[in-house]
Amino acid sequence: MPADLMDLIIKALGETIRMVVCSMIAATVIGIPLGVLLVTTAKHGITECLPINRILASIVNALRSVPFIILMVAIIPLTRAIVGTSIGTTAAMVPLTLASIPFIGRQVETSLKEVPYGIVEAALAMGATPLQIIRHVYLPEAMPSIVAQLTTVVIALVGESAMAGAIGGGGLGDLAIRYGYQRFRPEVMIATIIVLIVLVQLIQFAGNKLSKHLNKK
Amino acid sequence: MIELKDIEKTYEGPDGDVVALKGINLTIESGEIYGIIGLSGAGKSTLIRCINMLERPTKGSVIIDGEDMTSLDAKALRDARKNIGMIFQHFNLLSSATVYDNVAFPLRLSNTPESEIKERVEPLLELVNLKDKAHQYPSQLSGGQKQRVGIARALASNPKILLSDEATSALDPQTTKAILSLILDINKKLGITVVVITHEMQVIKDICDKVAVIENGVISEKGRVLDVFTNPQQAITKEFISAIMPNELPREFSGKTISKEPVPGAELLVNITFIGDTADEPVISNLIKDFPIDVSILYGNIDHIKDTPFGRLLIGMTGDISAIGDALAYLRSKNLRIEVIGYAS
Ligand SMILES: Nc1ncnc2c1ncn2[C@@H]1O[C@H](COP(=O)(O)OP(=O)(O)O)[C@@H](O)[C@H]1O
Ligand SMILES: [Mg+2]
Repeated sequence: MPADLMDLIIKALGETIRMVVCSMIAATVIGIPLGVLLVTTAKHGITECLPINRILASIVNALRSVPFIILMVAIIPLTRAIVGTSIGTTAAMVPLTLASIPFIGRQVETSLKEVPYGIVEAALAMGATPLQIIRHVYLPEAMPSIVAQLTTVVIALVGESAMAGAIGGGGLGDLAIRYGYQRFRPEVMIATIIVLIVLVQLIQFAGNKLSKHLNKK
Repeated sequence: MIELKDIEKTYEGPDGDVVALKGINLTIESGEIYGIIGLSGAGKSTLIRCINMLERPTKGSVIIDGEDMTSLDAKALRDARKNIGMIFQHFNLLSSATVYDNVAFPLRLSNTPESEIKERVEPLLELVNLKDKAHQYPSQLSGGQKQRVGIARALASNPKILLSDEATSALDPQTTKAILSLILDINKKLGITVVVITHEMQVIKDICDKVAVIENGVISEKGRVLDVFTNPQQAITKEFISAIMPNELPREFSGKTISKEPVPGAELLVNITFIGDTADEPVISNLIKDFPIDVSILYGNIDHIKDTPFGRLLIGMTGDISAIGDALAYLRSKNLRIEVIGYAS
């Protein structure tokens, strides 16, 4: 492999990882509380509040129904307002984060719903507050499942980051399109695909390991 | 003391309302083990869950040591619940926490310092005989061990009341015995009031002082277990009792006619129940010595209702009709429960 290709790939991989990690962190910070609220405010939830539940559910559904590529373009003004520019890896993080929040919210909701209600009830019978139940029952009990679900989100983010890259976000997607496609360097295309495959495999492997480690069932 | 007053509970279901409890009145004294028995769907779980407000009664009040649970706000209710431990059919342990952490859980909820938690959890694990399993996870335990964790957890906050909703229904008979004797032991050692829900009369017989029979959301019969066992009133109660104490005649009587009226030459069948230590007089021996009749013992056994010995003897008396009458009068004059089955011929 030519040295310039190696450098290009390492740089692009670094950008991709930066986009994915930062977006993932930001989206998780918002997405997990969102998922928790979706469960606790639902009917018979520990902080039942149907109006809030309906509002959150509609926002999540609306965001999830917009394809990423369209979302990314549609929110360019917002991106500009937040990071000052609409191109580059940092700018790409805004749509990546926004697209992942509802995704994570739903995934976390699914995971929390798997927690047997009997355990929640046992905690209620002990006089636990809703916050204590979230912290000591819902999250730890659902953690193996949440980790497995978040792994899927990270993998989806790798794909979306490539799309973001294609319109000026940098990273592996950008590399594949600019060199592999526009400059007719099929070896760049192939190398990028291999790197992506390996990256996704590694993420899946790590996610599985962690989830399994956390699962005491 | 727990007082349930005119409790009604209606669930709103998709196809109409379900009335689960219809005017329940029950008083449970401090320190006793009160059993509530009923068939599936009778309203047992609803009833016990009304005690700690996991289910809010539609009407009526739940008064625990003078405090009306239905009138408490969220914070006061949480505090009140710390005085009520609960164990469940499916244990409901945290699968992600070790045995130790499960037992420590209620204490952590009250922000108890770790050193104090340790002082509290270790003796509890000893009490339920799980000291060596402290650092295992629930999935590594048997059903009986899981329920022991449940019991230790329920006791961690030093409650005055222990609620048990079918705590042994998922366990095999041997493990059930062990768990029941643990509950009995805890009741004796700690003086904690225990409310036990079950569909098995054996559970009532083994550990309860009092029993209420619930049927379709109504208490059909209640009282001391000894009284209910020796003198059941309702058909459902008799059915529950006969499930564990078959009250059939020996097979050789199946072809015979049983008459309530004296029949010359017939054998009078009498069921005698001894409760406690009433055997200070040799009743059967006197019966044979003092009356010109023959007595044969057809069936006998000794059982226990909680700690009270409970003996049953089925005898047949043959002889002159008037002599049999006198013998029966003699039996009736003793402090025994006599049930005349009839004259078999
Ligand atoms: N959350 C609920 N919603 C609607 N109906 C319920 C609910 N819980 C119990 N019921 C109904 O109330 C009745 C009593 O139920 P339950 O107290 O669980 O009985 P048991 O514990 O004696 O089997 C049943 O008819 C049951 O279907
Ligand atoms: Mg039940």
